[in-house]
Amino acid sequence: MSNQPVIAKGVDWLTVWLYALLVIIGLISIFSAEYKTGDDFFQQLLGFEKNYSKQVMYFGICLVIAVFILLSDSKVFPATANLLYVVGVVLMIATFLIGKEVKGSKSWIPLGFMNLQPVETAKIFTSLALAKYLSLPDLDLKQPRSQAIAAGIAFLPIVFSVLQNETGLALVYFAFLLPMYREGLPSVYLISGASLAGLLIVTLLLPTNTLMLVLTVLAALIILFMRKSFKRNSKSLLMIVLFWGASMLFVGMVVPFMFKSVFQKHQADRIFSLVGKDNPFISADTAVMDTKKPVRKKPVENYNVKQSKIAIGSGGLTGKGFLKGTQTQGDFVPEQHTDFIFTAVGENFGFVGSTLVVLLYAALLFRIIFLAERQRSTFSRAYAYCVAGILFFHVLVNIGMTIGLAPVIGITLPLMSYGGSSLLTFTILIFILLKLDSDRQMVIR
Amino acid sequence: MSSSNHSRKNVVKLMFGLTVIIIIVRLFTLQLVSSKYKTLADDQGTFRKVVYPDRGLIYDRKGRAILQNTIIYDLMVVPSKIKGTDTMALCNILGIDTAEFRKRIITAIIKNRSYRPSVFEPLLSDEKMAKLNENLYRFAPGYYLQERPVRDYPYDAGGNILGYLSEVDTNFLKKHENEGYVSGDYAGKTGLELSYEKVLMGQRGIEYLKRDNKNRITGKLENGLYDTAAISGQNLYTSLDIELQSFGEELMENKVGAIVAIDPQTGGILAMVSSPTYKPRLLTGSERKKHYVELLLDPRIPFLNRTIGAYYAPGSTFKTLQGLLGLHERVIDAKTTFSCNGAFYGCGKPMRCLDPGVWALQGAITHSCNTYFAHVMQRVINNPKYENIDSSLNAWARYMNAFGLGVKLGVDLPFEKAGRIPTAATYNKIYGKGRWNFCTFRSVSIGQGEVESTPLQVANEMAYLANKGWYIAPHVVDSIDGGDKFGLLEPYKIKHTAVDIADSLFEAIHDGMQGVMESGTGRRAKVPGIVVCGKTGTVENSYKGVKQKDHAFFSAFAPRHNPRIAIAVICENAGFGASSAAPIASLMIEKYLKDSIEGKERKERAEQIKKMNLMPPRLVSAMRTHDSLMHKRDSAYLIAKGYIKIAKDTTGIAEEDDSDALDNFKKTEKENKNKENRTDSLPTSAILPGAMRPLSDTSKPRTNR
Repeated sequence: MSNQPVIAKGVDWLTVWLYALLVIIGLISIFSAEYKTGDDFFQQLLGFEKNYSKQVMYFGICLVIAVFILLSDSKVFPATANLLYVVGVVLMIATFLIGKEVKGSKSWIPLGFMNLQPVETAKIFTSLALAKYLSLPDLDLKQPRSQAIAAGIAFLPIVFSVLQNETGLALVYFAFLLPMYREGLPSVYLISGASLAGLLIVTLLLPTNTLMLVLTVLAALIILFMRKSFKRNSKSLLMIVLFWGASMLFVGMVVPFMFKSVFQKHQADRIFSLVGKDNPFISADTAVMDTKKPVRKKPVENYNVKQSKIAIGSGGLTGKGFLKGTQTQGDFVPEQHTDFIFTAVGENFGFVGSTLVVLLYAALLFRIIFLAERQRSTFSRAYAYCVAGILFFHVLVNIGMTIGLAPVIGITLPLMSYGGSSLLTFTILIFILLKLDSDRQMVIR
Repeated sequence: MSSSNHSRKNVVKLMFGLTVIIIIVRLFTLQLVSSKYKTLADDQGTFRKVVYPDRGLIYDRKGRAILQNTIIYDLMVVPSKIKGTDTMALCNILGIDTAEFRKRIITAIIKNRSYRPSVFEPLLSDEKMAKLNENLYRFAPGYYLQERPVRDYPYDAGGNILGYLSEVDTNFLKKHENEGYVSGDYAGKTGLELSYEKVLMGQRGIEYLKRDNKNRITGKLENGLYDTAAISGQNLYTSLDIELQSFGEELMENKVGAIVAIDPQTGGILAMVSSPTYKPRLLTGSERKKHYVELLLDPRIPFLNRTIGAYYAPGSTFKTLQGLLGLHERVIDAKTTFSCNGAFYGCGKPMRCLDPGVWALQGAITHSCNTYFAHVMQRVINNPKYENIDSSLNAWARYMNAFGLGVKLGVDLPFEKAGRIPTAATYNKIYGKGRWNFCTFRSVSIGQGEVESTPLQVANEMAYLANKGWYIAPHVVDSIDGGDKFGLLEPYKIKHTAVDIADSLFEAIHDGMQGVMESGTGRRAKVPGIVVCGKTGTVENSYKGVKQKDHAFFSAFAPRHNPRIAIAVICENAGFGASSAAPIASLMIEKYLKDSIEGKERKERAEQIKKMNLMPPRLVSAMRTHDSLMHKRDSAYLIAKGYIKIAKDTTGIAEEDDSDALDNFKKTEKENKNKENRTDSLPTSAILPGAMRPLSDTSKPRTNR
């Protein structure tokens, strides 16, 4: 059409405003978590020594990249999706060679002005690649082969994440089930996924033997009541027996295996502390070490979660006011500027402020679904659902962990948490979506 | 194909919506429903700091500060910051070894964690402070000095009047629940510090401070919006003359007894010496605890304010009131005479009298004639205007109470005792109703027996006589800076004139008392150039049934016209009243009225009295036993316990946490538990004023002058 690149043309300004608002609230929150009375505000801002001033810088970089994306050709994204995915995978592999260790996780590549976390940015490439795959003509997600390829694309980064000790980030990739579901993945996956999660929670709560007994009794009762229908349809009996067997296997073998061998000890502990229990799956060697320590009878609530709940809970209706939060100012919440940034909002601005932030995220999510559904191309829609899925997972788990509803797995609050990688990732994710949306009329695939 | 899945967007939206609702509901319960987190946040994030106001100062009648505030320093340590400081140098200055150093640091870390300040050495002495201050830069930032306000006694005198502060205990906190005290606070324990606590303490301020995750203070909450400012304590202006007080304390050195001097016009106490006393400075500063325990265990009971907390038979000083009452009751007049030929025979068994002759009132007072006053009291008691002896004795007792005897005068110092004036009930209880008569208690007529009074009451009696019929309750504090908000001084605005007695009757008594000084028993108490009215007394006493050397008593007021000082002096077990008590009184009067002791002879007299050692032998031996017991540490614990109890019961001082000191004894006691027989070292000889006059001795006839 016209050669004149007009940035503003067709851009969904509501999304841009929501994006900007959340980033600015994030900046204010990081500032309040860090600023101490008497600090020289301007000097720190210009000196880029403090986290909030660095975040301002990252925001600037993000805006430049956002403009760059909006100026680009929307066709470039589906065209390069697979290539970018390969680049992403290469970066993740490169991390093992040239990576830098930050807080026990060797998942960072130093870029001089900031550290890049490929597992974080790989979300973009995975989204594009998955959207690309899902938009293939004649793709039927009911077929196991398609399901396997889609899952392969979506879940490959999990391997690297786990290897780099970033289990929390790995879990995010399960968010790609959302676009897959939207594009035709059978509901049974979601339902069985949900029941698996339910079974997992029950497994954590009840002793294994009791649970196994309950499941057996339950299965026996069902068979007893349905014995007449089995005469007509013997398949359902088989199904019930299979389900029972699978559940027993899950309860008796899979969960203990996961907690003993897959999860790190601290992660397992966090998950158990969430349901208020001690970790019963301590492997033998650590158990020996632990006997030397005094035995704690009551499960100790995770310190971070406790402080986080105190900070948020003390906010009241309207909060203590900007820079007046005693918990925020007193550095009581660990990692407040990154994973626990929501506590600063909760304490300083109270129920009103934190609800507002939650509603802003909700608005952004619903807006993205709205944008997704108005796309003509499957690629754009699937991509939009990828963005919505990732965003949803991050918001749910991050806010969930600050208020004691989800385990502390160390993922950021999108747009608000301090951190260049996270902010950059979500900026790119959202602005690619905006670019695709602004060109929705001309790109027909 | 995809259109078939179009409805799935609604499932997704439903999921998003439900999640948002769950989160908001959770936020609602966390932030609005539950108050638990608010409390937790306040507990860990804010700090309510009590700001202590300056405690009120105390001045003497000439505006000299006699109790003020000063600063002592604590050496503080932040263990996490001490790396790289010169530990050896610090140990040298403080005079400790490295083992002790390590012990203190470990204690500090256990108590307060390593990044919070702890006291490394409290209440530094001046010498250590000076050395440290010079070298402090070498120990920064791990060590620093912290101010601590303490009380200071510039004249180091008047300990028993001024009192001292001590840390409040749980009992105190319970009693003063809503007055803003918290544990760790200091409050007045005795003396003026106690009785004027409300005024002296001022009003505490509260500062709300912010704390960080390591419990460090980071600043004021909301810039001090919720803070309340501290208001300093009010200053007290007393009627004391601190020079007179010091002089009195010097005169009473190495004597057991008391001096009370009152301004009869105002009831203001000029000096109030209880001996043996203690130097109040011992109870401030770095060695407070040690000194406190030493003083508490001292068998001489230095904490006892004998002027109000011990009582003695008033002896012959009582005769003045007996005479006055006789005149007022018209059983005698100034010219009535009784003859004394060696004893009072009115009751069969004679009561000895040293001044044979025929005496009228003036002469009887001047020569302290026992017989005369026995007759007088006999007439009062057998006065036909009363229907029986019960009512006449009770009437007599009411007069005595009106003169300020046998009742608490209401001095503004704690633990005042009432003394004793016998009534009919007293004797009914001992002998049974109707089974006693005047002869039973004839010794009361000369101030022996069941009559007992505190030195303050005797001084007040002198003030009453000096004023010719009225007195104002004796008190130390004249006025309170900034107003008497609690009405503490109201009782001292009332003139007590219970009995209307004609001035002429007082003149008769004054004549007799002036005679005492000029030609009678008090000749040695003459004050050059001043007309003094006085009365000696020699009080028989016994301790645990064993007769002791007499107490010497002297009471007086001066000048006779327009009197300015009323005084009572007692020297326990000092023998004849004129030899020690009288000259002390005379020197005190001269010092007060003339501002100094004039003339070589008088000065020498003062020095001679200061050096005079009148310690009763039983007390000297008690001290010796005490000292040796203190060396035998195993039994010292028991002794300590016994003494502390006795000392507390006697002085009325409320509990103080002396468990530390006791624990020290206990430790060593345990080790030697089976080695020694402890029975022989039990406290056999604590000297208590209550034990001075057992009741059984009272009806014995005795000599008295």
